[in-house]
Amino acid sequence: MRHHLILRTVSKLLIGAIMLFAFYVQFHGDYSPGGGFQAGVIFAAAFILHGIVFGLDTVQRVFPPWLVHKLAALGVLVYAGTGIYSLFAGYNYLDYDALYPHHPSHGQHYGILAVELGVGITVAGVMVTVYYAFAGRPPGIRDEDW
Amino acid sequence: MAETWINIFLFAMLVSTALAIVGVHHLFGVVMLAGVFSLLAALLFVTLDAVDVAFTEAAVGAGISTVLMLGTIALTSRRERPVARAKYVWSLPVVLITAATLVYGTLDMPGFGRPDNPAQVHVAPHYLQNSPTEIGVPNVVTAVLASYRGYDTLGETAVIFAAGVGVLLVISGLGRRRREDDEDV
Repeated sequence: MRHHLILRTVSKLLIGAIMLFAFYVQFHGDYSPGGGFQAGVIFAAAFILHGIVFGLDTVQRVFPPWLVHKLAALGVLVYAGTGIYSLFAGYNYLDYDALYPHHPSHGQHYGILAVELGVGITVAGVMVTVYYAFAGRPPGIRDEDW
Repeated sequence: MAETWINIFLFAMLVSTALAIVGVHHLFGVVMLAGVFSLLAALLFVTLDAVDVAFTEAAVGAGISTVLMLGTIALTSRRERPVARAKYVWSLPVVLITAATLVYGTLDMPGFGRPDNPAQVHVAPHYLQNSPTEIGVPNVVTAVLASYRGYDTLGETAVIFAAGVGVLLVISGLGRRRREDDEDV
C-alpha cells in the first residue's frame, strides 16, 4: 500500500481542513449558508476520503463502526431531548424559549445550535455507516445471498 | 439580462450532461457525469439565490452519492448490460408522453417570482418580517428550518437515521455474521 504518493500527501493536508470547514458550517449555520445537514455530510466526507486513500481498516481503527452506529442514534436523541427539556421547563415541545426564559431570543439561538448539532451528528454517523456498509462488503454478490 | 444567458448556458449544459449519461455505457463515466449533473444543478440553485440548497446539492449529490455509486460499481459490474433494440422502440414514446404531461402540468403553475404566488402570501411574509425579533438569527433559512419548522426537521433527522439503519440491516451483513456465530455455538 505504498502507491499514490501524491494522493496520500494531499489527502493528509486536506482532511484536517475539511473537518475544520465542517465545524465552521455546523456552528456558523445561523449566520451563513449551511447547517447540520451540510456539516454532517462534509464531516463524513473527511472520513470517507481517509478510507478511500488509506484503506477501510485504517479509518475503522480511528472511527470504529460501533461508535459510528451509536453516534447516528445519539444525534436524534440530542434533537428530541432538546424538545423533551422544553416540555419539562413548562413550554411546548421544541419551543426553544425554554432554554433561556429571561431572554427568549438567546434561548432560540441555543436551541437552534443544539438541534443543528443533533442533525449534524446523525447525518455524519449515517453517511459513514452507509460508506462502511458499501466498502466493507466482499465484492460480488454470492448466490446464497439472494 | 446576464442572468438569462447564465441560465440558458447552465440548462444547456444540464441537458447535454443528461444526454451524455444516456449515451455512455461505461458505468464509471456515468457516475462521474452524474456528479457533474449535480454540480450544475447546484449552480442553478445559486442563480436562484437558494445557497443553502445549492450547498446541500453540491455536498450530497456531487460528493457522497458519487462515492456510494462508485462503491456500488465495485460490488457489481463496470459495464451496462446491453439492452435489446426492441425495448428502445417502446421507451421513446413512454418518455415523450411523460415529458409532454409534465410540460402540460407546468402551464397551470403560477408565474415565476410573482408576488401573489401562493408560496409568497401564506406564512412566508410572517417568517421574513418577524424572524429577526422572534428568533434573532440572521439566516432566515436556519430560523425556519430549526425553529419554526422544528418538527419537520426532527422528522427528517429520524428518516435519515431510519435509512441508515435500513442500509445497515440489508447490506452490512452484521445480522448474517451473528447468525453464523450462533450456529457455531
